[in-house]
Amino acid sequence: MSQKLKIRISFLVGLIAWVLYVFFNIYTLMLQRYDMRENLAAVMPQIFLTIFIVATMTYYRYKITKAESINFIDLLWKVFITGLIATIISLGIQGFFIVFRDSQLSENPIAINFLYQIYSGVVIIYLVSTMVVWKRLILYQKSKNLIQLWNFFEYILYGSLLFDFFGYQLGDNNFNIALVFITGFSLVLSLNLKWIAYLNFKQKWKSILFILLSGIYLYHFLVNLNNFSVREVVIIDLMDRVFIVAILIFIFLYAVIAILVTLFNLPTSSVFERKLKEAVDFQKLSQAIPSGQSEDQTYGILLDSSMSAVFADAAWLEIRIGDTSEYFLRNLTGKEVKQIKKTVKGEAVRKIIDFDYVSLASGHQRMVGTLKTGAYKSVLALPIFIKSEQVGSLVLLQEVSEAFNREMVEIIKTFVSQASISLENALLLRDAIENERYKEQLNIAKNVQKSLLPEKLASNDYFEISAYSMAADEVGGDYYDLVKFDDQKYGLIIGDVSGKGTSAAFNMAQMKGVFRSLVQLDLTPPELIKKANLAIGSCLERSSFITASYYLIDTASGIIEFVRAGHCPTLIFCQKDQEARYLQTKGMGMGIMRNSEYDKYVEANTLGLSTEDILLLHTDGITEAMNASGEQYGEDRLRDALVRHASGCPKDIQQGIIDDLYTFLGEKKLDDDYTLVILKFR
Amino acid sequence: MMIDIKEAQLDGAYKLIVAGEVDASSSIHLDNALSKALGEYKRILIDLSDLEYISSAGLGVFISYIDEIRAQGIELVLFGLKEKVQQVFQILGIHDLLTIEETEADALKHLNDA
Repeated sequence: MSQKLKIRISFLVGLIAWVLYVFFNIYTLMLQRYDMRENLAAVMPQIFLTIFIVATMTYYRYKITKAESINFIDLLWKVFITGLIATIISLGIQGFFIVFRDSQLSENPIAINFLYQIYSGVVIIYLVSTMVVWKRLILYQKSKNLIQLWNFFEYILYGSLLFDFFGYQLGDNNFNIALVFITGFSLVLSLNLKWIAYLNFKQKWKSILFILLSGIYLYHFLVNLNNFSVREVVIIDLMDRVFIVAILIFIFLYAVIAILVTLFNLPTSSVFERKLKEAVDFQKLSQAIPSGQSEDQTYGILLDSSMSAVFADAAWLEIRIGDTSEYFLRNLTGKEVKQIKKTVKGEAVRKIIDFDYVSLASGHQRMVGTLKTGAYKSVLALPIFIKSEQVGSLVLLQEVSEAFNREMVEIIKTFVSQASISLENALLLRDAIENERYKEQLNIAKNVQKSLLPEKLASNDYFEISAYSMAADEVGGDYYDLVKFDDQKYGLIIGDVSGKGTSAAFNMAQMKGVFRSLVQLDLTPPELIKKANLAIGSCLERSSFITASYYLIDTASGIIEFVRAGHCPTLIFCQKDQEARYLQTKGMGMGIMRNSEYDKYVEANTLGLSTEDILLLHTDGITEAMNASGEQYGEDRLRDALVRHASGCPKDIQQGIIDDLYTFLGEKKLDDDYTLVILKFR
Repeated sequence: MMIDIKEAQLDGAYKLIVAGEVDASSSIHLDNALSKALGEYKRILIDLSDLEYISSAGLGVFISYIDEIRAQGIELVLFGLKEKVQQVFQILGIHDLLTIEETEADALKHLNDA
């Protein structure tokens, strides 16, 4: 059953019960009046009154919802309004008796009973609704024990409804015992007043007013009910019912205790409010930047919450980035700030203001300083650190001397450190984004460089070639290229720029440009290297150089003309004698001598290879690769690996050598660029 | 092992002792030491007997001073190169541009003969 339905049904049941209660009451009265024999009808008003009460209790149980700190006053307001309506009706009924004071009507038992029944309905509604409000307030911050206690109390109240069937009257022994018992319970429950602590000063005054008024209503109803009682004509006297009296006592007790507690809490409420505000400000500071607020807004929040936390009359916040200072002022002018900076007394304060403060760790009291001249007498200054560097100073001013105590310094300290964390997080985030951008740029560079190396190497009926290049960083300085002059003539180059990383990559790109343009001129290898040396020498910085080997290959004849320009010696494998050897030739790296004097160091070489012979070109990244024990892979291991894998195709040879290299290295990573080019004759 | 550079004054010559490994990051120390020596002395010995490894960046340091050495008539002699280091100089072809001797005595003799 939904909440709404329950409310509607209980309302309907209550209404019908009340109408029947009125009807049977008057019916009973009639029977009495005409002296007819009493029958079952006598118990009917009792039953319907009880049903009416239970229905009302059910109605309000669902109608008045859970108490939240924001709606305490709303709840009390409801009590006040219900009471007001009830009182107006009550006054109306009293007015009736005054108007018809001398008439027969005011003595008529039927009229009196009818009015009394309206009146008792209204009073019951008020009592029950108020009790439910009290219940909500008592159970705000509930514990298991408290809920059990309350439920027990409610059962007793329901029990008292049954008790009332026995017809005991106010003052009877049993009546009194039941009443004392319930009153005891009410007293225990009435001590649960935690909600009061959550009211601010203004709300406390309001609740005192509303509770006081509800007490006055209560007194008014009590007096009126009593007036009816003394007439001795009413069929069912509410004052003879334990339930009604018990609720009256409970409501009254709770009202009195609540008023007293609220009154005593009034002087301290400002402190509580302040603590609450500090907590809220703290929250604001820690969420300022994550929630997308700018740094300026964070500074603003820091300044304002600090000021209100220590009752500062004026304040400023100086943020210094590099040599420029930014000021955030509150109730101050730039001129005043300058004046205060000049005249402030207190060693630590002075240091903080001058951005000369070393650490946050030492003393609290010293952050407080004094001013002899001007409107302000007390100064509280705190440095703002980001990554152990002072980036700001927060200065709070008070017109009273010695206005800042130790506790205030602590509060501001927490504020400042929270703001620092927020700002630091923002900076970290910015750095992370920056890093991400650099990474992206490097990635682009990597792709660009990849495109500088040939994607696919040519081959023909006489030879097959395979190449592999790997940079230690994102980009590297190794270069290889294959140029086709005609069906039989190919130019093959391998190069290694000194150094590694980005600078090597730029030089490698230059090298490619130089090689690609010179190769168009159909030069002999020595000529090409000489010209390349001049071209490269004019654009490299003095400590950079490039080593290279250039091979002009006639694939049909197997004749290779080549020049070694300071590059690692070429390794060849001869199928005939199943041996591999390095070619010992002379040569110098390009860019070392940047004039024609270089030419005499260029040596032209010729080599003849035949079927199944292998030409292996590499860069020193392979031979100088070092394992964990500091041993280099070396020329010998490379040569032996080639011999072992010589029977395969270039691709397999290449993979075999790389596998061998990585086995040798073990856990150790390569820290230089390396390139391997393998050419095999068919 | 990092680079370790020491200096010593000999009779009529200045000696730099370069030990350890010279790679891209440590070559700056070699550059500083060499630049200072060339600025102050005309007769310089460089002891490389404890140099384990030199990268292309390290070689670049020597290369960058070749013009200066020649132009100012400075006598600069390297000695005590390990075989592996010697090989690196040789492959690159700069053993012809620099004076390289086997022992310190040879190096001193070369200086005195010059």
